[in-house]
Order: sequence, then structure tokens, then C-alpha cells
Amino acid sequence: MKLIKTRSIRQLVAGALVAGLSFTGVAQAADSTKPIVIPIHNWSSQVVMAYVIGGIFESMGNNVEYVPADTQAVYESIRNGDVTISHEVWQSTFGKSFYNAMAKGGVIDAGTHTALTLEEVGVPQWVIDKNLCPGLPDYKALLNCADVFSTPDSGGKGRILEGPQSWHGQEYPDRVEALLGDNWVVKFAGGADALWAELAAAKKEGRGTIIFNWTPNFTDADGFVFIEWPPYYPGCRKQDGGDSKCGSPKGWLKKAAYYKFPKTHPAAYMAFSQMSFNAGQIGSMAALVDIDGMDHKDAAKKWLADNEDVWKPFTQAGM
Amino acid sequence: MGHTNFHLSPKVLQFLGLLAAFWALCVFIEPDEENWLWRLPSLIAGLPLLINNSVDYLMYEWMPISVWDPEIEEYEDKPLFKEITRSISAGLLFLIHLVREVFLGGTKTIVAFTSWDFVTENPWAQVPALPWTVVTAGAILLGYKLKGAGLATMTGAGLIYIALFGQWEPSMETLSFVLIAAPISVVLGLAFGIWAYKSPAVETTLQPLLNVAQIVPHFSYLVPVMVFFGIGDHAGAIATIIFATPPMVRLTVLGLKNVSPEVLESGMMSGCSSFQLLFKVLIPTARRDILIGVNQVIMQCLAMAVIASFIGAKGLGYNLLLALNGLRIGKALEQGICIVLIAVVLDRLSLAWANKQTDYFADLNFMRRYKYSLLFGLVFLVGVVLAYLGTFCFRDGFNYLYMIPHNKGFTTEQFWQAGVDWIWDTFFFSLKAFNVFLITQILMPMKSAYLSMPVAATLLLVVGTAYIVTGLRSAIFVAGFVLFIALTEWWDRALITTYIMSASVIISGIIGITVGTLAAQHPVAARSMLLICDTFQTFPSFIYLIPVIMLFGVTDTSVLIAVVVYATIPATRYTIAGLQSVPPSLHDAGSMSGVNRIQRWLKIELPMSFPHIALGINQTVVFALSMVIIGAMIGTDDLGQFILKALSDKNGTGNGLVLGLCVAFIGLAIDQVLRTWANERKKALGLA
Repeated sequence: MKLIKTRSIRQLVAGALVAGLSFTGVAQAADSTKPIVIPIHNWSSQVVMAYVIGGIFESMGNNVEYVPADTQAVYESIRNGDVTISHEVWQSTFGKSFYNAMAKGGVIDAGTHTALTLEEVGVPQWVIDKNLCPGLPDYKALLNCADVFSTPDSGGKGRILEGPQSWHGQEYPDRVEALLGDNWVVKFAGGADALWAELAAAKKEGRGTIIFNWTPNFTDADGFVFIEWPPYYPGCRKQDGGDSKCGSPKGWLKKAAYYKFPKTHPAAYMAFSQMSFNAGQIGSMAALVDIDGMDHKDAAKKWLADNEDVWKPFTQAGM
Repeated sequence: MGHTNFHLSPKVLQFLGLLAAFWALCVFIEPDEENWLWRLPSLIAGLPLLINNSVDYLMYEWMPISVWDPEIEEYEDKPLFKEITRSISAGLLFLIHLVREVFLGGTKTIVAFTSWDFVTENPWAQVPALPWTVVTAGAILLGYKLKGAGLATMTGAGLIYIALFGQWEPSMETLSFVLIAAPISVVLGLAFGIWAYKSPAVETTLQPLLNVAQIVPHFSYLVPVMVFFGIGDHAGAIATIIFATPPMVRLTVLGLKNVSPEVLESGMMSGCSSFQLLFKVLIPTARRDILIGVNQVIMQCLAMAVIASFIGAKGLGYNLLLALNGLRIGKALEQGICIVLIAVVLDRLSLAWANKQTDYFADLNFMRRYKYSLLFGLVFLVGVVLAYLGTFCFRDGFNYLYMIPHNKGFTTEQFWQAGVDWIWDTFFFSLKAFNVFLITQILMPMKSAYLSMPVAATLLLVVGTAYIVTGLRSAIFVAGFVLFIALTEWWDRALITTYIMSASVIISGIIGITVGTLAAQHPVAARSMLLICDTFQTFPSFIYLIPVIMLFGVTDTSVLIAVVVYATIPATRYTIAGLQSVPPSLHDAGSMSGVNRIQRWLKIELPMSFPHIALGINQTVVFALSMVIIGAMIGTDDLGQFILKALSDKNGTGNGLVLGLCVAFIGLAIDQVLRTWANERKKALGLA
């Protein structure tokens, strides 16, 4: 057994990147037949897109496997090589986990989708239509209508329902304290389903509610208005040394990959790095399930059949 | 029974004194973060990082061995430990795939013996699935062979339901990992149980470990399992094994200890070797308790089906979460029912198998001896022929005689959804008033009361109670547990966890003891109530989280209700067991002394079954704690929220484990007091 000098994983990543690039450019080695492991999470667009991407890989002759994974913990699995890719890395919700794993080594950034995302708190359309809080979506309007958004456990204060603390940590409590003051509280929901349940309950009562949400999402269909905060600039958040008086930026939607993926499956990696979906395409994948009630796999098959002109070019990249 | 007299015993006086001191501390200690009497400094805040670094070192740096990776054509340093854990993973995964491919077909088993290249080049190389008709008929035959027509009907009905409602694929995926995890848990449990029975030293070491393993919330070891073993069905199986083995160990020890010395001696006199003594005498005699252990293992395995999907287990659990995320509660319910069906069928089949007596004297000819194997062969042939004929009948790509594709069966989703919607429409507004009252009048004041306790007062109250009730030894243990939590940075969070837990234990205790008492009055009622308990224990609690949020919002009420539904199970179960254990002669003696029914319950049955009920409350605490943590999926600001957060933390492994320990220590502190108390009462009542 020969012991070679220990190298840091960081060097390996750099090596893999360089090697990956030169590989795809110069010689086209055949992809390994080992399956590409694609994670599936628990929301429709992600699951359908997983099967869509899997279908694209299969059309290129690769073997594919799907594995259910937790949205936050999946980056640790990519780092260890148990999962090969992640195709929906939302900037503000998963950025932290993504960069944490990247810093430890083993995960590479495989490019960005065209879709621009926004992850922000907002109100459902009826709050605007009924004029429950005049002046919305400007955040200053909230200063005068905390009571419209109060709940039994908020002690008369306005309540903003955030996602779980794992998504953005203290960002919203900091921002609310800086911009809205004492009259508002931030409550952390347990997960996306808790947010949707709150939305459904508020709709039933026709009452006001402010929840964390994002676009593109299935809520776009019913109308959802994001609060307009002072614009984001780098360094404005408390953890970056700012005063937290800013909203979320228009975010990116990235793709991540295991660092060996470019080497083991050069052609598939090339296609994956080229893959880019826009908001409309992501929306149409989700709609097949959420609105037409199709099974996720069937939806992916239908989407692939209907959109060959979109995805065929990805597979031809670098050939 | 001298203790039931109404004069103030010294213990009551001591307790009153303790309360007064507690009160004084609460009044006089100023809330000030600098004041050590108010909050202890978080001296062990560095512990999670330390654990994390050790795990990282062990996994990624310790003893690197150089391995040639043909994929990237380079030597790579692979740490020894990671190679070991990954080999275990690969072994487990192979077993799971083997079972899965019998039911569903596939290529992984062939890959294990050849390579992906081989399978890709030879499309014929795949294991065909057993048609669902064959599996179902086979299971019916098995049921009939083991116990007769009743079991056969039940098994058949369960499997046909699963098939017709289009849940065959996910159900078989879940089943395949349960069929691996459950036997491993049973074998591990038996082995550790026997070891502990033979060596008191092992038993003393094992006891605290078992306690911790049973109370640590499953969420907190998901990250470590994932780091050590990777993600996938095998990781789900490992998490399940950690969760399901402790009750098996406990019940094995209990069963073996209850074997009477006479049985043991007669075994020795017949000249048994120690191996024979164990497997031919001890274990068969302890069968009853060991079988309860097997039942618990199966229940726990299926109760983990949903949580295991967080780390890659395929099947019903994952589909259920997906349905819930789209608020399709009807669909989730359908899948939940399948989980319960699998649990019940597996449980009854394994019970029947274990209870089957071998007939040593039967002298059967070949046909009769292999009747069932021959029948199965016939069924297999018919099923395969049918499936083959099916390829000609169904032209649209789905061969319903071979495999009913996922979500292509009948569906009762609309029906269940309508039910859920009806409840929502009917009760939404009336429940709202109740919700507001509960939150503003009871829960919020209770929560702030818990948070306004200075740490010195809490310590005094808890340790003092432990001392008065159970003596110095357990008081020291309890002090250790509480101090550990107080020295982390999560003391306030732990207080919030304790607040929801204690509120729900009070409610569950009252409901459980009442319902249990009523059910225990009649054997049929008792049996049906126990069946309901089984159902609710395996029915995935995630399903009722969403309707509860819709009715009560993201509030503590929702968490409380979800916890109460789950935590009432053990309170009911143990109350029934306790009341049934009161000898009928005592009832008669009471009636002859002229007590009425209520008096008999209060003065005879309750005190006599107190040890059982105390253990029930103990289990209620454990169940409540585990559900409070799942309550983080609704939205809480207690330890659970931080355990969930640990899934994405940089120090996730360490944070998760230490937070899990905090939860376990809350449970252990209570366990220490209740268990010792119950044992003392048992002695006082002459039951032990």
C-alpha cells in the first residue's frame, strides 16, 4: 500500500475543474456507466425537473438514479459523493448550506439558470384587493397596520411568518427590528407546507397574512405581492456588517455538482453545465403536477416530449 | 396502605418547604444575563464544535489509505473509517435492493455481481418483478399456513387494498427496507439482551445508553448517520435500526429475567449445553415478552418510514411528504393507511410465525409436507402466465396483471379530501375562538412563567423533588442532567420544550387514564382500544400536522394538539394493562367491604395499578418529547427548531447530537424520578 502525500480537497477540486474543462474541450472520453444520482425534494417543480434532467441524461445513454433528500442536508451528501448533482440551489434559502459545503470541499458550482428568483416576504393578492393595509407593497405601510396582521400569539403585534430558521437565520428578525420596530414579530414556520397551510387558512377567513414566499412558485397563479423594502446592496445585512435596512436581492438559481462529476461523466456534465431553465419553463413543469394533477414522472415525460427544442441543444453542447 | 392517610407526612412537609424556597428564589433573583443565579454561562457551548471536529477528523483524515480511483484515473487518499462505514452501507444496500428487486424488478443485484458496464450493454440483464398477483396470493397462503383463514383474509385484504389503490410500488419500496431493518433490529436486540442478561456489568452500561437512544429525537442523528453512512435506503435503514433496537433489548432482558428458576434448573438437569439452555429453554419460555419486543420493532420501523425519507429512503414516506407539501391531505392519508396496513400485516404474520408450534410427531408424506410450497409454485405459474397474457390485453403501456403503476389505481383521495374539507368548513370558526382563548389565557402565560424561572430556582425545584421522592442517588443524576442543559447555550429553548411537553403530558395523562379506565371495564373494549393505540402509533404523525395547522395556525396550540394525539397512546395502553393486572380477588374483597364502583376505582384499582400507570406516564413523557421535536415542522422556537436547523449548520453533526442530548436529558431526569418512584410503590404494594 503506497501512501502518497496528503493533498487538501481544495486542491483536488481545482485539479478536477481544470481537468474537467480540458477534458470537455479536447478529448471526449466516454461517460461512466455508473448512475448519476439526482436528489428529489418535496416540491413539484424540483421533482419534475429532477425527472426532466434524468430523462435528458438517459437520452444521452447515462444511467440515472433518484434519491429523496433533505433540502439543506443534500449539499453534505454531494460533498461526499453520495449524490451527484443538485439542480435547484436557491440563493437565499440554500445559499448558506451550498457555500458551507463548498468551503469544506467536494462541491462545485455548475452554472446558473436563466430564471431570476425572488425570495421575500409578501402578502396574497386579496390583501391588496381589499385594501387591508393601504400603501402596500411599500414596507412603510406596514408601520401603520400591525394590527391587521396580528395573531393570537403575537400579543397584538403584527406577525411575519418566516420559513424555518435554517433558511435565513436571523436575517428577518434583524430587518424587522431595524425597519419596522417593536410593533412586529417574526415567527418561524416549520417548513414550506406550514406556509401553504397558513395561506389557505388566511384565504378562508379573508384576513391579512404576511408569509415568506418565492417566485417562480405555484402561488404565482393566485397572485402574490412581495413587500418592497429598501433595495439590497452587498454588505447591507447585519451578518455582513450592515444595518439590515434592506430587502432581498433578485436572486440566482444555481446548479451544484460533485467535484468528480466532470471527470466521471464528461458529456453529462457538459450538458448539465449548459442546462438553463427560465421562470416560464420551471412554472410549466410545476403546473403539470399542481394544476393538471399529473404524476411527477408522467409530467416530466410530457414536458420532455413537448419541449425537445429546449433541451436537445443542451445535449449537443461540446460535441 | 398507610400512605393514603390524610395527615401531612414528612415528605409532604418537605415538599411544601421546597416550594416556598423555590418561590423565594423566583421573587428575589433579578433577571439579568450576567447574574449566574438567573442564567448559567454557557460553559460547554464549544462542545458541538469539538464533536464536529472529532467526527470530521475521524471521517476525513484519520488513517488515510491510498486507493486507485479508476474513474478519474488518480490515486486518492481515502480515510480508513469512511471506507469501513461505506462498506457497511454497501452491504445493507445490497440486501435492500435484493428484496426490492424480488418485488419490483431491477438491475442493481446483477450490477453487484457484474458491473454497470455489463448491465448497460446487456439490456436483458435485469431481474423481473414478481407480479403483484403472485406476491398477494403468496402472502395469503402464508397467512393461511401460519394461522388459518382469518389471518389469510386480513393479509389478502391489506395487500389487495395497496395494489388496487395504486400504491404497490412505494409500498414495496417501504416494505423492502423494513424487511431488512426489522430482522436486523430483532437480532441485534436479542443479542444485546442476552449479553446483558448474562453479564450484570453489560446491563449496567447498556441501561443508560438504551435510555438515551430511546429518547434522543431521530432528527438529531440524521446528520451523523448521513455523514457516516451516506444517503439512501441504507441510511434510512440504519436510522431505523438505531430507533427500533432499544425496546427489543429491554424486552429481551425483561423476558429472560422473568423465567422462573425451576424452568432453568430442569433444563440444566436434562443436560442442556449452555447453547441449548439459551435457545431451547430460556428464549422459548421468555417468548411472550420477546414477542412484544418484535411487535415494538415492527411498529417503530414503520413509524420511521417518513423520517427515514429525509435521508434517502424511498417509498411511502417520501410520497407522503410530497403530497403534504402540495396540501393534498387526501392523498397523504391514503399513503398513511398503507403504512399502517403494512405494519399490521407484518406484525400479525410474525406473531403467528413465532407462535407456531412444530409438530414433531406428524408423519406426513411428501405431498402433505410440502403442500404449501407446491401450492405457491402453482400460484407462481398461474400469476406469471396471467402477467404474460396481460401484455396482450393492456395496450396502453401498463400491464395491470403484472404491476399496477404508481397512482394509476383507484383513488379515494377525493373522499378523504372531502372529509378533511368538511371538518375544516364546519369547525374553522368555532375552533378559532377556542384557539384564541387557549393561547392567550393558558399557553402564553404558562410559557412566560417557565421562561421567568431563574436557573437557580429551577435547579432547586427539580433536584429537590428528585431528592424528596426518590433519594440522594437519583437526585445526583437529575442534577447532572439539568446542569448539562443549563451549561449549553440552549437553556431557554429547553425551557420552551419543557413547557409544551408538560402541558401536553398533563392533558394526555388525564385523557389516557380516563379512556384507559373506561376501556378496561370490558375485554372487547380493551382489545379494540389497544388496536386503536397500535394504529395511531404507526400512523404517520406528519399527516395530521397540516390539517391541524389549517385549523389552528402556526401556533403552540397546533403543536400541543399534535403532541397530545400521539402522547395519549402510552398513557391509555399502560392504564389498561395496569387495571387488568389487578387480581379479581381484590375486586371481590372490595365489593364485600361495601365499596361502590367509583370508590373501588379510586381506593383499590388506581393505587394497585399505580406502578403501571407511572410507567405509562413515563412513556407519555418520552412520546411527548419526540413529538414536540417533530412539532418543529409546524413552527416552534424550542430545541426542535434548532435540531431542524442543524441539518444545514456548518457544525450540524455536533449541534444535532448535543441538542438531541439536551432533549434526552429532560426525558431522563423525569424518567429517573418516575421509575424509582414506581419501583418503590411496587415494593410497598408487594408487587415486586
